[in-house]
Amino acid sequence: MAQDKPKLKLAVYWGAACGGCCVSVLDVHEKLLDILAHADLVFWPIALDIKYKDVEEMPDGSIDITLFNGAVRNSENEHMAHVLRQKSKILIAYGSCAYLGGIPGLANFSTREELLRRVYEESESLDNPQKIHPQPSTEVSEGHLHIPSFYNDVLTLGQVVDVDYYIPGCPPQSERLVEVFMDIVSGKDLPPKGSVIGASIRVQCDECKRKKSDKKGITRFYRPWEVTDDGETCLNEQGILCMGPATRAGCGVRCVEGNAPCRGCYGPLDGIGDAGARILSAIASMLDGKEPEEISRATDSIVDPAGTFYRFSLPGSKLRRKVS
Amino acid sequence: MPVNEEARVGFYICHCGHNIANMVDVTAVAEYAAKLPNVVLSRDYKYMCSDPGQEMIAKDVEVFKLNRIVVASCSPLLHENTFRTATSKAGINQFYFQMVNIRENASWVHEDKEMATLKAKDLVRAAISRVVFHKALEKKKVPVNPDVLIVGGGISGISAALTIANAGKKVYLVEKEPTIGGYMAKFDKTFPTLDCAACILTPKMSAVLKHPGITLLSYSEVSAVDGYVGNYHVKVTRKPRYIIEEKCVGCFACIDACIFKEAKFSDEFNEGLSKRKPVYIPFPQATPQVVLIDDKTCIHFKTGKCPQTCAKACDRNAFDFDQKPVVQELEVGTILLCTGFQPFDAARAPYYGYGRYSNVYTSLEVERLVNASGPTGGHVVLRDKSKPKSIGIIHCVGSRDEKTNKWCSRVCCMYSLKLAHLLKEHTDAEIYNFYIDMRTPGKGYEEFYDKLLNEGVHFIRGRVAEVSDWAINDHEKGKLVIRVEDTLIGMVRRIPVDMVVLAVGIEPGKDAQDIRRMFNISCSNEGFFLERHPKLAPVETFTDGIYIAGACQGPRDIPDSVAQAGAAAAQALALIDSGFVELEPNTAFITEELCCGCQVCINMCPYHAITFDDGKGKSHINEALCKGCGTCVAACGSGAITQNLFEDQQILSEIYGLLVE
Repeated sequence: MAQDKPKLKLAVYWGAACGGCCVSVLDVHEKLLDILAHADLVFWPIALDIKYKDVEEMPDGSIDITLFNGAVRNSENEHMAHVLRQKSKILIAYGSCAYLGGIPGLANFSTREELLRRVYEESESLDNPQKIHPQPSTEVSEGHLHIPSFYNDVLTLGQVVDVDYYIPGCPPQSERLVEVFMDIVSGKDLPPKGSVIGASIRVQCDECKRKKSDKKGITRFYRPWEVTDDGETCLNEQGILCMGPATRAGCGVRCVEGNAPCRGCYGPLDGIGDAGARILSAIASMLDGKEPEEISRATDSIVDPAGTFYRFSLPGSKLRRKVS
Repeated sequence: MPVNEEARVGFYICHCGHNIANMVDVTAVAEYAAKLPNVVLSRDYKYMCSDPGQEMIAKDVEVFKLNRIVVASCSPLLHENTFRTATSKAGINQFYFQMVNIRENASWVHEDKEMATLKAKDLVRAAISRVVFHKALEKKKVPVNPDVLIVGGGISGISAALTIANAGKKVYLVEKEPTIGGYMAKFDKTFPTLDCAACILTPKMSAVLKHPGITLLSYSEVSAVDGYVGNYHVKVTRKPRYIIEEKCVGCFACIDACIFKEAKFSDEFNEGLSKRKPVYIPFPQATPQVVLIDDKTCIHFKTGKCPQTCAKACDRNAFDFDQKPVVQELEVGTILLCTGFQPFDAARAPYYGYGRYSNVYTSLEVERLVNASGPTGGHVVLRDKSKPKSIGIIHCVGSRDEKTNKWCSRVCCMYSLKLAHLLKEHTDAEIYNFYIDMRTPGKGYEEFYDKLLNEGVHFIRGRVAEVSDWAINDHEKGKLVIRVEDTLIGMVRRIPVDMVVLAVGIEPGKDAQDIRRMFNISCSNEGFFLERHPKLAPVETFTDGIYIAGACQGPRDIPDSVAQAGAAAAQALALIDSGFVELEPNTAFITEELCCGCQVCINMCPYHAITFDDGKGKSHINEALCKGCGTCVAACGSGAITQNLFEDQQILSEIYGLLVE
């Protein structure tokens, strides 16, 4: 492939993440070759052995695009967020965790102390009679040992550094990444800074092919295994809690196409401050019943409502965290 | 604090004489506001609502090029319109104005000046952060449908219907009972003039029936209400009488021919003191003069095996046993609710023995007993047919009582005096009135009390503790003993009587809450419908175009009900004759680009303003039907619905302003 432009420099980094976002980059399959035709990967801990100090020594702004996945939940994540911001021309919050806090963000329903106590004192598989907690700094015979300090709050990337774009998804659909990348390479006009890219401006229902009516009439909720989905009616109308009505489209309605309810990983639409509150009020509006008892019966059948409605968005929402 | 570069806010704080200035440091608030972002000018002034106050806004707009106005003063209910008009006169769109209520929300409710001032600052900051995101909006004019719906055909509804119809407007009068007349039709005489209730009421009832401008829908109930001021859409369910109303002439041949030779079923109109047949008319002057069949007691409906002697006796073929409830749809511009009250259920005061002792009666039962067309033809005889020689009338049953209803029912003192007079007249018995306080304010009322004092009726001041048949001496044997502390002589007395009359109070009707919800109006603590203002808007409600009159708003007697009905009629007529209403532009609209067609919003809309466009796959809000409740805005998962005056950015900025200094 002929090159008249110098190759772009591309970095991929993970904060508090599961690794799924990095895998989604690999999931572009042979398209990775197209990307590599236009870009050199200069930093990608999951795939390349490049140390932090190598990155720190790069000139400021020398990386063209950084895909930062994962939330910011400790001092290491935050340090690298600042470093990569400084070194990158375009910093993209890649995936639900970097965008809104994601699954790790659910930790904001607990305090740091509660989390450490659970993990280091109460966990069923634990053998820690001395109740030792990890310390940021420890004295050993070889000298000082440092590990990153663990924050009380899980933060989104945007809460820590200035972010140019957000690509939602847990993980983002790989095709969307290729599209975004090719747009950048081909010099298309980029959307305004701060935009969510690689996704629709409308919610899942817009692309969902299931039959929808104005009669939602939910009297109770079922977990997917409790009912037989008819395969064609709106899942919410069948009482299967689906986040589609308040979740941005862009994934191709993948979960619902696979007969599973949308979990909400693409987050809310533009201008919606609190994704959880938005889906909560949308779902509440579908309930049947006028008497408080009828409504309670329906809402009581929602398992873990806070975790369900804020599954991917707690740190990035107005609610942000549990007040300890 | 959120900033809009183009906004130039003029801020004014009103002293409201001492009302605000005594508890809020208005100068400090004005100085504070002057430093807030976007604020170009900040002033305090003695009376912002005065003409000089309003003119000051206009002058400042010109000099300082203001484009947003915030006034911190009293309640928007009182003066929002004043300042919107002032803003508009100054050449700015009136919706660039925001009002802060620091009187009801700060000065009047606090006793710590420093804290009240701090709170006023917070509220002001919230309004200023909000107003910069306001948008220019226009009020919309909508014509008023001149037809009127009146719900309830008691004396209030009847009076209002005649007044409005006489003004040349079309009236639909809906009454749930088979006849109009309400409670007044059951009364014998009216206080204090002792006019015969039927003599003054029945001409009005037949006037209603004959009036070309009034459509009487008796035995009907409103089942749904849609729309908004000037344009209400009402569904009325007409219950089946099993008689074709237009054919029946009220000859009552069917009643005589009923398979039941004897009347067997409790007669509601006579408070159960007599019996009626399954085919019946509530009372001889019932309006309309149309019989009806009670399908719960009629043999035909119970077994299907009745020879239908009633129908055979009808020479007009007026019977139709297959009648079903029919829904009639009405379009009206204004609605008057005259749905009345229910009498306190005496069984809720068990210490007075109602239901246990056959000689304990409610006042309404006694109204029927003294009535010439009542169950005994006007002879006051007890259930054992004996004539009472002594009668005790207990006031305030279910009124002025922590255990039941706290309020004074206003009519019981006077009707008790009336009943005392009538009972004395009919029986010449010894009559005792047991009262807490005699409340007789009203034209000729105190004089009536005076008259009774001279008629030999006994008055004992004290709340009766108990009515029992427990005799402690021969003198009490076979009698009902009223035990009471006579507070004027300071001792407990036992008064044996043959008959006890319980002066039951007035309370909200059992369906008042359903009615309230259907018509979207509020009620006060006790459940009576809430007026817009207790002094200055006593017949208006918080829902424009819906008025209240009579005892549904609170206990009141006939003269007050009629006066209130007149007032409500006048309010309705004023609205009708103004020809149009201005609608607050707080309507919601859908950004089609964002709408995903999920249709969650459609069923949420209480006003049926949202429809689904199948072609486009998008929902659409009919602005004329939208009342700005905001329910759909919350329901929309896409955030595709925006409500004017309540946009997310406006509300969030207001909250931000409130919380963050």
